[in-house]
Amino acid sequence: MAIEKHHTPMIDQLEEGPWPSFIKGIKRLRDEHPSERINAMANDLLGQLETSYETRLGYWKGGTITVFGYGGGIIPRFTELKDDEGNPRFPKAAEFHTMRIQPPPGFFYNTDVLRKIIDIDERHGSGMICLHGQTGNLMLVGMESDAVQPCFDEMNELGFDLGGAGPCVRTGMSCVGAARCEHSNIDEHNIMRTLLNNFQDDMHRPALPYKFKFKVSGCANDCTNSIQRADMAIIGTWRDDMKVDQDEVKAFVEKKGRKYVIDNVITRCPTNALTLHDDDTLEVNNKDCVRCMHCINVMTKALHPGDDKGATILIGGKRTLKIGDLFGTVLIPFMKVETEEDVEKLVELAEEIIDFFAENALEHERTGEMIERIGLANFLEGIGVDVDPNMVERPRTSSYVRMDGWDEEAAKWEERQKAAAS
Amino acid sequence: MSDQPRMPIESGTPDHFQYMHPVLRKNYGQWAYHDRPRPGVLHHVAKSGDEVWTVKAGSPRQWDILSLRTICDIADEFCDGYIRFTMRGNMEFMTTDESKVEPLIERLEGLGYPVGGTGNSVTMLSHTQGWLHCDIPGTDASGVVKSMMDQLYDEFKNEEMPNRVHITTSCCQINCGGQGDIAINVQHTKPPKINHDLVANACERPAVVARCPVAAIRPAMVNGKPTLEVDEKKCVCCGACFPPCPPMQINDSEYTRLSIWVGGKHSNARSKPMFHKLVASNIPNNAPRWPEVAEIVKKILKAYKENAKEWERMGEWVERIGWKRFFELTGLPFTKYHIDNWRGSRNNLNQSAHIRF
Repeated sequence: MAIEKHHTPMIDQLEEGPWPSFIKGIKRLRDEHPSERINAMANDLLGQLETSYETRLGYWKGGTITVFGYGGGIIPRFTELKDDEGNPRFPKAAEFHTMRIQPPPGFFYNTDVLRKIIDIDERHGSGMICLHGQTGNLMLVGMESDAVQPCFDEMNELGFDLGGAGPCVRTGMSCVGAARCEHSNIDEHNIMRTLLNNFQDDMHRPALPYKFKFKVSGCANDCTNSIQRADMAIIGTWRDDMKVDQDEVKAFVEKKGRKYVIDNVITRCPTNALTLHDDDTLEVNNKDCVRCMHCINVMTKALHPGDDKGATILIGGKRTLKIGDLFGTVLIPFMKVETEEDVEKLVELAEEIIDFFAENALEHERTGEMIERIGLANFLEGIGVDVDPNMVERPRTSSYVRMDGWDEEAAKWEERQKAAAS
Repeated sequence: MSDQPRMPIESGTPDHFQYMHPVLRKNYGQWAYHDRPRPGVLHHVAKSGDEVWTVKAGSPRQWDILSLRTICDIADEFCDGYIRFTMRGNMEFMTTDESKVEPLIERLEGLGYPVGGTGNSVTMLSHTQGWLHCDIPGTDASGVVKSMMDQLYDEFKNEEMPNRVHITTSCCQINCGGQGDIAINVQHTKPPKINHDLVANACERPAVVARCPVAAIRPAMVNGKPTLEVDEKKCVCCGACFPPCPPMQINDSEYTRLSIWVGGKHSNARSKPMFHKLVASNIPNNAPRWPEVAEIVKKILKAYKENAKEWERMGEWVERIGWKRFFELTGLPFTKYHIDNWRGSRNNLNQSAHIRF
């Protein structure tokens, strides 16, 4: 049965131009796919999207759809474009839900599993797959209500599980990391996976004040954008000396010239920790170095992170809603995350944080907003983490604070200093 | 129903090693260095001496399964059946055989997938769902990205910028698109239009009141029905009330506009991470091609390309030359709306006698 193709002059314009066109893709599903169900769904999706382009308004509303045993993970979408009798104007895309799936860490696939995912989506969905969403989900986009459970069952049998949606622990993200990057300081994928898989109950059954996101980056380049997007950011670093291969430094200077090295490496160090000697060797003041990664990014062969690797943990990053954008701020300046016990300690820290968040945050308040409201010092006391000068850009500048506990607090500091020295 | 419902296997995030190319598995955590033989290609060398070439290609991000099957075919032919995606939606094809790189590039480009996005290029815009699938969008996402990348195609394929350029889009003011060197974000300019007949049944009113960042929403009675009203003098038109209360319609064919922000950066390299800053607003939401947005973006990129030093990200460049010079170089107007008045705003004022002439 041939379908009557909707007239879509506006979105047709997005088929032109050199960049890959998602409209061309949807039209392939309409015109070339053997399934009439998928043809009709794609056609009606194009009809609704064209309407949005004409009126400049969106026409999807949410709802409550999930799978048996879970409370979240599906993004329900019902069309709001109805005729006078209340019937959908584009009935074949009237139900167009998204299934969020936790992808393999680092977004690595083999074609065998990717084809199986495609086959499952072909049987149950619209034939559209988003690789990947901004939080890090694989998304099967466009599914009718009745298709959700059978589709999930097949994905689940294939070894995949629903991602997070709503006020819960969300799907995480890790950079390419140890799999293909010499800057990697930690086992990003294992850390992300261990953290997330410890909180699957909190992901599948939304019961937190609001969303909670983990992101893991192997170095301060922070390719997962964790500082601005994650409630708990885990960023790889090292605490011993940076590695310098002086022969490679000399080779680099010879190749690029002294001026290039001075202008683009030495003077770009944010703490002036680099010196280029007259014999073209490089000296690093490792006490001043803040592990920003710039010189290592430029001189990938000559410079490398040190051997005593670990992670810096930041807390509270988020986007605009409600009090404005917040960066994550330092919670743990350095911790080892090499052994299973190390990673277990990180999981325990995350548990403390999420428990505190669940008990103390207001509804729809992210961790960063909660800490802004109660103050970092109270948060630290709440989760049992000691204060550290690395947590601040500078100490307070206002005297309006009650400080009659000063001697006890100073004594705690002295004790910790003694313990660290012994 | 006689059948027991199937209980989910709470398997969570799957193991990554099973889907990773054997050479990546073998050299996991043991990489020595990398270089870029040409734009769009990364070359990584492991301590073992193993080498892997990565060809990076642009994608529509919202895939149709027919095209995705072709991608699988390519990965089978050139990459032993493995593929990876980046967080900005690019594809990464990895091979241990250098002689496959050029034919792979030819195949991808022949099918319309541009190879690039590495190093100091303008890489793929990160984006949200937009009209295609979001329930609260002020604009489209994939369409805006397609329109921008068509125009920035050469900048994706070449590495001619001072440093990498990350552009993001967001289809509402929650800004799921994230921070960018350039961010193209929805900006509503009028308060929500309230359908008072529907509020009582559709909205949990105290939650909506609590959601407002400026406390402009209060309970009210209209025509004998409990509803909500907005103090339009206080309202900042952010749209935060719309998701929990759809009868408070914020999207508008005319008054939903776009703003452009610059200088966001998440890397810690050199300077600390930065948020993007407002530079232009009241740009029409002009589907299907958003030409006014593209014009301003290209203007900003031109000024950056011509004036920034090597390795300087956009935000770092502007901090060096100063905002006065930025507005001169781009020809964009500076208005009272650029002066921050949100919490912490004094930190965004010039608290010094440092003046640019």
